Amino acid sequence: MPQTGSIEIKNLTVRYGNKIALDSVSLSIPPTGIYAIIGPANSGKTTLLKSINRTIEIEPGVSVKGQIFIDGQNTKRIRDVYGLRRKIGMVFPLPVGLPLSIYDNVAYAPRIAGKRAKRDLDEIVERSLRQAALWDEVKDRLKSLGTMLSGGQQQRLTIARALSHDPQILCLDEFSIAVDPVTTMRIEDVLVELKRKMTIILVTNLVQQAHRLGDLTCFLNMGKVVQVGETEKMFSDDPGNQLTYDYVHGVFG
Amino acid sequence: MKNIDNTKNLFAATELINKKLRAQRIVKWIFGAMSITILIPLVALTTCLIIRAWPSLTWDFITDVPKQGMRSGGIWSALVGTMYTVTFSLLVAVPVGVMAGIYLNEYARDNWFTRIVNLAVVNLAGVPSIVHALFGLGAFVVFAGLGKSILSASLTLAIMTLPVIIVSTKEALFAVPVTFRMACWNLGASRWQTIRTIVLPNSIGGILTGIILQVCRAAGETAPIMFTGAVFFKAVQRGDLFPYKPTEQFMALSYHLHTISTQVPGVPESMLYATAVVLLGFVLAFNAIAIVLRTRIRNRKKW
Amino acid sequence: MLMLGALCGHICSFLTRFRRTLRIVRRILGIVSERTIVSLIFLCGVSAVIFVFGIFFFVFREGAPFLRHGFDAKEFFLSPDWYPTSATNKRYGILAQLIGTGTVTLVAMLVAVPFSLGAGIFIAEFCGKKAREVMKILIELLAAIPSVVWGFIGLMVMNPLIIKLTGAPIGLNVLNAGVIVGLMSVPIIVTIAEDAIRAVPDTYIEAAEALGATRWQLVRKVILPAAKSGLLAAVLLGVGRAVGETMAVLMCTGHSINIPFDGKAPFFHVLDSVRTLTATIAAEMGEAPRLGANTDGTFPPEALHYQALFVIGIVLFAVTFVINVTADLIVKGIRKRK
Repeated sequence: MPQTGSIEIKNLTVRYGNKIALDSVSLSIPPTGIYAIIGPANSGKTTLLKSINRTIEIEPGVSVKGQIFIDGQNTKRIRDVYGLRRKIGMVFPLPVGLPLSIYDNVAYAPRIAGKRAKRDLDEIVERSLRQAALWDEVKDRLKSLGTMLSGGQQQRLTIARALSHDPQILCLDEFSIAVDPVTTMRIEDVLVELKRKMTIILVTNLVQQAHRLGDLTCFLNMGKVVQVGETEKMFSDDPGNQLTYDYVHGVFG
Repeated sequence: MKNIDNTKNLFAATELINKKLRAQRIVKWIFGAMSITILIPLVALTTCLIIRAWPSLTWDFITDVPKQGMRSGGIWSALVGTMYTVTFSLLVAVPVGVMAGIYLNEYARDNWFTRIVNLAVVNLAGVPSIVHALFGLGAFVVFAGLGKSILSASLTLAIMTLPVIIVSTKEALFAVPVTFRMACWNLGASRWQTIRTIVLPNSIGGILTGIILQVCRAAGETAPIMFTGAVFFKAVQRGDLFPYKPTEQFMALSYHLHTISTQVPGVPESMLYATAVVLLGFVLAFNAIAIVLRTRIRNRKKW
Repeated sequence: MLMLGALCGHICSFLTRFRRTLRIVRRILGIVSERTIVSLIFLCGVSAVIFVFGIFFFVFREGAPFLRHGFDAKEFFLSPDWYPTSATNKRYGILAQLIGTGTVTLVAMLVAVPFSLGAGIFIAEFCGKKAREVMKILIELLAAIPSVVWGFIGLMVMNPLIIKLTGAPIGLNVLNAGVIVGLMSVPIIVTIAEDAIRAVPDTYIEAAEALGATRWQLVRKVILPAAKSGLLAAVLLGVGRAVGETMAVLMCTGHSINIPFDGKAPFFHVLDSVRTLTATIAAEMGEAPRLGANTDGTFPPEALHYQALFVIGIVLFAVTFVINVTADLIVKGIRKRK
């Protein structure tokens, strides 16, 4: 199977009004594997993710320059933005359960895309919930409200929703902030399992988490790329860049 | 020598505090009395109205038409006329109002244009009912050529109830957290799909409450229908459900109450009161429904 | 047998083709209908602006001829002579009606404001939670009473009451209408006042409580000064309501062109009948014919009555516009702080 899910970012500059959030960022994210992005607050990490799935366009007063290529295709030229967003799964810091049943939560994206057959939806729901390590806990109560789950379960539900349309790219933005350590561990196991067949972009401010999971790590600071490299090298005693060393070892941020 | 090793006395109230607390109690009673005073009219008047209307409050009164120059019979023609105008006005005001509310809360950006639209809604809400009547006369009766009819009156009422429906739709939509919408957008749903599947179903209660409250208002208003179609008397069959054509003039309950109490001598007092009670009862009943609906929504929150 | 099989085959292929085209049609409809729905939504959103302008436009249109032909603003606003139906000497001065509206509003506010503010303070600060719910519901029901029913009450209940209590010859006067309109304005003043009081930042309240203030001291020294502008907005909205009220004043003011002030004590005769701007329009529009222009562009004198009533409408629109916009700006300022 051809390896899909490579992302090429060229000179991406994003401005909110006069503030520069990303300054001429260029990255090359290979297909499959976990690509970790670390950096202090306000370094532009979330903006980067939003630019990839073009939800940045919804923000008022934003200007986006530069290009993002997914598998060689310029995302700006894609007319069906919604289709693009379906190919990219997105998970945010705060767990969000939609006020629907668990089943409908996971079936939401396929339904929006036009799938109606119950058999297909059943299969998608089960597959996604299994992949998100939530199936065993909720398989008997798929009809109960998604908003009534615990925080950790809702985060896994969000992941299941993100996986429901079989994306090539999964983005996670500081997913473990509002979630207990046990759930965090379970989700990390899920990611290690998933990275074999999709590209996972893991934005995190937990430096140790990047160390644990990332195959490649990118260090973003104040909207600029400081350094990109193999995780082991980035976290070693001599990454090659003083700023990286300082951040990784907690001198700032 | 004061007894200071007994801790109970350390926190005992001093004379100053007692005085202040007494003052507070008095003030509390004064304000409480003021509040009750406002509500006394509501209770007293409703009871007074019902008592004086009692002899005439019969089923016949509702289904029969006015006879003998309104001095006997019932209020059927006026009741039906009111129901027609209210229904027609809702048919216009609800879709336009709800969609305008959706626009303002879901699509409008934070720019000068939106501010103007919001300002327009507020101003529309503050226009006195008689000015609405003049507008209806100038725009629908004369300019659009609809003449004095149910159509003109309904459209006038629709414009009058529009701003409140817009505002209550906006508020109901606003109560749905933004996080839901963001989750849907990231799943590839368009704005309208998100509204259709998540936002609207979870705000429909608040929207309905606003609509029901406007039903009451539309039924009770007199001025807007006075020169746009309501008329002193129209011959109607007893119990007839379709007595008026949309292009005809009609009788309305609110206007009827006005005419029989100011322009027809010799109407038995209980009939006057009964007409008022029917109108008031209708309005208060719908209002109560809206209040109950609002409480049930608040208790059945899904998040 | 073969025929049946062929028929079945035809039907099946027809059905599949049908289902396929249906799916394509549904997808096209999905895209198209989304776009049309969004445009409809936008149109409706803009509609409010259109209607506000529309109201001004049409009211102005019908009243404009009056303003064009020899309109004397001083005479219109300052003359108490309103004789639109006189055969020989038609005069259009609305001073009496302006004063009528003013006096009724004044009495209404004198009645409503103290009680409403008191009730607002009570509900916001001194009430238990359950009592607050009940009070708010009752106030909402009070607000729901239609104006024609209020007018009816003024006519049938207040009228004999005033005659009995004051010995006046008729009970339809400034006092009657003032009390009724006051009661009608209470709900809106209470609601906005209560909003304003509860919008006072918790930090102020917590600071005062930490210093040991009692509830009343808190209200008097901290909350009321902080909520000043909101309370003002509440009163303004009450005034706007009172000025625009039609049916209640139509039925309760006694409807005579009269200025209730003169040199004799008690100087302000609340027991005098008056006429308001709103009642003038309501009462006379039925009789004022709408006549077209003559061939030379002027209007016959009988047409002026209809147009003059529309001009009164413009005056009302302008006054309530200003009041409501001011009050709304203040209220928005409060809600932002909340």
